[in-house]
Amino acid sequence: MEPMTFQKLYDDFRLGRIDRRTFLKASGLGLAAAVIAACTPGSSAKPTEAAGGGEPTAADWSPPSGVDLGKTLYVTTWPNYHNPRTIEIFTALTGVAVELNPLGSNEEMLAKLLIGGTGWDVLVPTNYTFDTYGNKGLLEPLNMSMLPHLDTTRYDQKLLANAEYPAGSKTLFGFNKDWGTTGFTYNKKHVTKPMASWKDFFDLAQTDYSGKVVIHDYQLTSIGNALVYHGYSFNSVDEAELAKAEELLIAVKPHLFAITSDYQPPMRAEDAWVAMTWTNDGAQLHADIPDIEYVIGSDGGEIWSDFFAVVSGTTHREAAYAFLDFMAVPKVQAFDATFHKAPLVDSAGIALQTEEVRANKITYPDAASLTNLEFGTAELLTNQARADLWARFKSA
Amino acid sequence: MIRSGSGRWRSRIATALLLLPAAAWYALLLLVPLVILVVFSFGGRAPEGGYLPDFTFANYLELPTRATAFVNALWMALGGTILCLLVGFPLAYFLATRAGSQRTLLLVLVVVPFWTSFLIRTYAWLTILGNNGIPSLLEDLGFGHIVLLNTPFAVLLGIVYNYLPLMVFPLYVSLERLDKRLLEASKDLGAGRWATFRQVTLPLSSAGVLSGVILVFIPIMGEYIIPALLGGGKVFFIGNALVDLFLQSRNWPFGSAAAIVLILIILTAVTVYLRVGSRGAQFREVSLL
Repeated sequence: MEPMTFQKLYDDFRLGRIDRRTFLKASGLGLAAAVIAACTPGSSAKPTEAAGGGEPTAADWSPPSGVDLGKTLYVTTWPNYHNPRTIEIFTALTGVAVELNPLGSNEEMLAKLLIGGTGWDVLVPTNYTFDTYGNKGLLEPLNMSMLPHLDTTRYDQKLLANAEYPAGSKTLFGFNKDWGTTGFTYNKKHVTKPMASWKDFFDLAQTDYSGKVVIHDYQLTSIGNALVYHGYSFNSVDEAELAKAEELLIAVKPHLFAITSDYQPPMRAEDAWVAMTWTNDGAQLHADIPDIEYVIGSDGGEIWSDFFAVVSGTTHREAAYAFLDFMAVPKVQAFDATFHKAPLVDSAGIALQTEEVRANKITYPDAASLTNLEFGTAELLTNQARADLWARFKSA
Repeated sequence: MIRSGSGRWRSRIATALLLLPAAAWYALLLLVPLVILVVFSFGGRAPEGGYLPDFTFANYLELPTRATAFVNALWMALGGTILCLLVGFPLAYFLATRAGSQRTLLLVLVVVPFWTSFLIRTYAWLTILGNNGIPSLLEDLGFGHIVLLNTPFAVLLGIVYNYLPLMVFPLYVSLERLDKRLLEASKDLGAGRWATFRQVTLPLSSAGVLSGVILVFIPIMGEYIIPALLGGGKVFFIGNALVDLFLQSRNWPFGSAAAIVLILIILTAVTVYLRVGSRGAQFREVSLL
């Protein structure tokens, strides 16, 4: 095999465009796989796992007739967030090859959009970005006539309303892909002290579990949860409160294993025992390694929702809308969720999920555990004090 | 030979035409970006990030907050370069003088890792240095629990591993051209192994050392991937700080100021090094004649 071919395959695998089995088969690393498998606990890439309604087919969705969809579509999203099989089915039905481009944070997404010339067509932004994106004209208002399968009346209106710009205007710039919380995971095998709150998280990070804790490389969640530790709002931009959060983060830094949003590998390899974690990653880790538990901080933290949105000036508009319309099909959502394991918003999609998925307390936690959580506010995306704090903390 | 006037003109035009692509390349891709960088470094940050025209020294005055990142990069670049030299010199010497018929094969083996991407080679160390790699082996052998990943050691290892060939090749070339009769002459005149190495081999390979050191030192100063992957965001270089400033906090002016200072540091280090290094080389050349 040509080195370049292998490299492309490896990148595809690493970035989640193809699953491990496909990677190993295509690269001829089958034997090496046995060795790797012995060293690293399994990845959750099991694309053929039975969904409530099984794999979507042409009977569930077909592309709009008489429309040239083109050949490619660039989707900028997050890691471990799309079932590779869902993407394959879309390509089989439309002939459009989807390039997934996973980023590390909404701030990075914004930074690249502001530079311009990204060539991106579809984004998966988080609730707190719509004010800035709308204001800067970075997204286009959804053309509902091109989304016949989207029925927003089935959506939780509070979650959907995040995509309205200006807020309360009923002009939608996106619709929910899923939602979730930002809590933390810990490995029961090593963690014996009770961990229920961000107070526990940051205290034990400096003592019993020093050297074994990961926090996100993400100002929103890492600063936010440090604020919660002190009893402040996750969304605070108060100077004195931010100073206290920075003090805590600086004190914790020497005790951390890593500052990274790619925390699944160290958690799987047991390099790390505790990690700041999003719902979907928590559910994926727990499904593969039952010793890894997911906790929503009893003292607060973030609740979020991610959306499908179309980038202004996209050169693949037809394909972008076809992809969004495909993803709006309840059966597609339920199938995709068997992989990413985040909770859905469309009630018809939830209805198609198996009883087992709906009873999963990581994916669908009790409403009572959400009461202290806050949605990130629009201000946080561009707030300079928080951006500077984070850059300062990392280079400290 | 006396050239006619028109011939001289033709030759000048030909020279200009031949230099044009390179000149355009440097003007567009080096000078223009550099000017933009300088202009931005005196500007302000737009509310949502980016650049706002302004004239202020605030960005430069804030640079001390990134001192750790500068110092980390500088130490790691110095340490990495010295380690590459210490590991690379014996290897290059062996390849140039002792490898015999195996030489081509061994040279190819030095290059083979370059067939895969830098990123993959570095990523592979994650598994080797991670909990289930070398540390578990060491633990089984009774060395206790040792953390290797996300430490300065891991970053230094990644640096030496990735940059070693860039050091070995210039050294190899200069050692391979070394006239073996000079070594014999040195021995005949009564010099021991160490004296011969110090007075003949080392001075004659100084050009290789000079270029090897520069080839390795400059890219390590700006290194970003190795500390990001093997340092876990904890061993932080100025390159990582720059990525954060442009792609997270979107503070282009401050990032530009940091980039300018990084360029100045590298420029100063290389100039001083070349002055000192070439002075030595000239002296030796004269002494050889």
